[in-house]
Amino acid sequence: MRQDSEAAEPGARGQTPLPAAPLLELDSIVKRFPMTVANDGVSLSIRPGEIHALLGENGAGKSTLVKIIYGVLHPDAGEIRWNGERVSILNPAAARALGIGMVFQHFSVFEALTVAENVALGLNDPQQRKGLRDRIAKISEDYGLKLDPDATVLHLSVGERQRVEIVRCLLQNPKLLIMDEPTSVLTPQEIERLFATLRRLASEGCAILYISHKLEEIRSLCERATILRQGKVVAECDPRQETAKHLAELMIGTALRPPYHLQEESAETAPARLVVDRLSVKSDRAFGVDLDGISFSVAAGEVLGIAGIAGNGQNELMAALSGETAADRAETIVIDGKPAGTLGPAERRERGACFVPEERHGHGAVKDMTLSENALLSAYRTKGLAPGGLINMGSTIRFAAEIIKGFAVRSDGPAAEARSLSGGNLQRFIVGREILQQPGILVVAQPTWGLDAGAAAAIRQALLDLADKGAAVVVISQDLDELIEMADQIAVIANGRLSPPRPVAEVTIEELGLLMGGVAAPLPQERRNAVPA
Amino acid sequence: MNEFALITSVALSVISASTPLLLAATGELVTEKSGVLNLGVEGMMLVGAIVGFAVTLGTGSAVLGVCAAALAGAAMALVFAVLTLTLLANQVATGLALTIFGIGLSALIGSGYVGQPLQPLPKLAVPGLSTLPVVGPILFGQDALVYLSFAALIAVSWFLRRSHAGLILRAVGDSHDAAHAIGYGVIKVRYLATLFGGAMCGIAGAYFSLAYTPMWAENMTSGRGWIALALVVFATWRPARLLLGAYLFGGITILQLHIQGFGIPVPSQFVSMLPYLATIVVLVAISSDRTRVRLNTPACLGRAFNAAG
Repeated sequence: MRQDSEAAEPGARGQTPLPAAPLLELDSIVKRFPMTVANDGVSLSIRPGEIHALLGENGAGKSTLVKIIYGVLHPDAGEIRWNGERVSILNPAAARALGIGMVFQHFSVFEALTVAENVALGLNDPQQRKGLRDRIAKISEDYGLKLDPDATVLHLSVGERQRVEIVRCLLQNPKLLIMDEPTSVLTPQEIERLFATLRRLASEGCAILYISHKLEEIRSLCERATILRQGKVVAECDPRQETAKHLAELMIGTALRPPYHLQEESAETAPARLVVDRLSVKSDRAFGVDLDGISFSVAAGEVLGIAGIAGNGQNELMAALSGETAADRAETIVIDGKPAGTLGPAERRERGACFVPEERHGHGAVKDMTLSENALLSAYRTKGLAPGGLINMGSTIRFAAEIIKGFAVRSDGPAAEARSLSGGNLQRFIVGREILQQPGILVVAQPTWGLDAGAAAAIRQALLDLADKGAAVVVISQDLDELIEMADQIAVIANGRLSPPRPVAEVTIEELGLLMGGVAAPLPQERRNAVPA
Repeated sequence: MNEFALITSVALSVISASTPLLLAATGELVTEKSGVLNLGVEGMMLVGAIVGFAVTLGTGSAVLGVCAAALAGAAMALVFAVLTLTLLANQVATGLALTIFGIGLSALIGSGYVGQPLQPLPKLAVPGLSTLPVVGPILFGQDALVYLSFAALIAVSWFLRRSHAGLILRAVGDSHDAAHAIGYGVIKVRYLATLFGGAMCGIAGAYFSLAYTPMWAENMTSGRGWIALALVVFATWRPARLLLGAYLFGGITILQLHIQGFGIPVPSQFVSMLPYLATIVVLVAISSDRTRVRLNTPACLGRAFNAAG
């Protein structure tokens, strides 16, 4: 069996040599970009059959490093050794020829093409196309990755699209498989299936480099971990021997505190700030979900969590709450005692409601605009940034700088384009922009989707702080752990209907799971979500 | 026999109206399938027309003339490719500029050639078959470019559907980011596709000045380049429909002449609107089915690709 000690790097920490020679060794890899050093002397080694985690926050240099291994980027300095021999990997075809396969974070599949065509595009030798459909069928059956070679990728689910990429790699008989954040878009069941496949591959001798910031996954799957922070290796360890908390602290470099929230004893007596009464909206999209009689009430200082599997009406609910789709009756949505159901987003914002939509690019922020312009877009009224219709550039830039400073947004300042920020940093900026408008009501969708532990914790804490100042906060999220950590009340949306909100302390995961699956749980004694008179 | 003669002459005129559309649209289809929107078809056709005419007149060889026209069209496309693919200029604006440039350039080159006579492109008569009534002249008595237009369409259709290189080209048009990540040279593929499109447009232009009306006149393609562009959309980027559309649009052009000839009181302008009207109708019709649109439209059409990003 393998040992869990350090790799046998030349001149490394003087450990005993390992039974299996390393398959891939990276030695002091350096990669510079105009603004940053993405990899600063990174060394790493992987042995055959090992599942090796590469752990780090957004922007720590994980993706740059794997792109170097896969030949998409070239290192400025340092050495790559494959089976002990120095190699330079000029392009992905060269990487594939060595036996390196990669599954990308944003899958590199072509929607308009069939599964077989997508797989064929990953082959170095066009001659291999002969009998490809049979080989796809065989591999997908062998590994339990069900796929129809003739299906068009457009019609496949996210999990199936990932299977296309994995099968594409497996057909090359890879010796090293790189998985870049493979689970960020998968359901728990799909993740289990993926892990079974990966474990099987490892048992057959394939090394796996697994990139993630999901600590629990890494602890259950990987036997070794290299942790990157700001482009440098800060630790190597056996993740099974570490606590998730310790791994997270290694990753972000500071101690993590559990989020702090004043448990409002007076929540029952606090005034309701947002009341939704029997909200029903027909979806205007082809595969949308109609909202059906949604009712809830959120008091000052309270956090309501809305759980549910994606595509059960969350987008429609967000649009209805933000005013992007207006309700038929003004009384269906009441903000601070005043009916607001027929108002548009700008008018609702004027009444102190703020919103953070799920999609950061194009919905929460305009990619091609600067951060100060993006700050202006949602805050020009509440912060008075455009008096008399003319933009006050000075105060707009000051406001953007305040967000950047207050929420530790890593960027080149207010003049940076939104697109230049990483997902986590842009999300901090968007959440910060809304929170600094001091809203009475804040509705956020998927606030920490795709963010690493440090950024997620910061955003959750900021939301709780806002609630503690007397705002009503609604969090729509697929992440149950997040909701249980943050929310006072929790409700589940399934097929456009919302279950009655219940105090988090009183519900079990099983109950929530059943509700999420659309199974009606036994009704609580009375409908708690009935609108207070 | 009189009816036969009429049918034959109408069929022949439809073929000669449709051939340049088919040639240019086949080239533009390949260009667009790779994700490049080149609106300079009209300009490339005109430059192809005058260069083809001048070389044929100067050398006496139509073969050299057509080759020169293809090179001229490709050279125009190269200008477009350098501007949009290497220098990342906006494709729509650059394409429009290319058309305007081509109109001016062809007029400049052609100023000395106006009114000069030229032998029309010889018909390739298949012995024995070309003398058959009706079918003979239509199927077996055409000039080489008519046959080339069909051969090119079949070749392109096969290339896109069956060959590995064609698959790569479609992949590049569908998602240039994914293609780049897997390791394909997005810019290289697009250069080649754009050059091919330019060459086909050049040949289409040469068909005007060598076969359709064997002479040079300023702006002699008179908007056929735009019809070819509309045709690609009309065909929803599918070669088989391209053939149908080219002959439909070519037929409408001829219909326009005959309506005037027969004294039918429909203003010819209405008939010349028909190809565009048909394109709009098709656009609306296909847009109702989003899946279909997604499957056939190159998703990266007109979008610049920056490899460093």
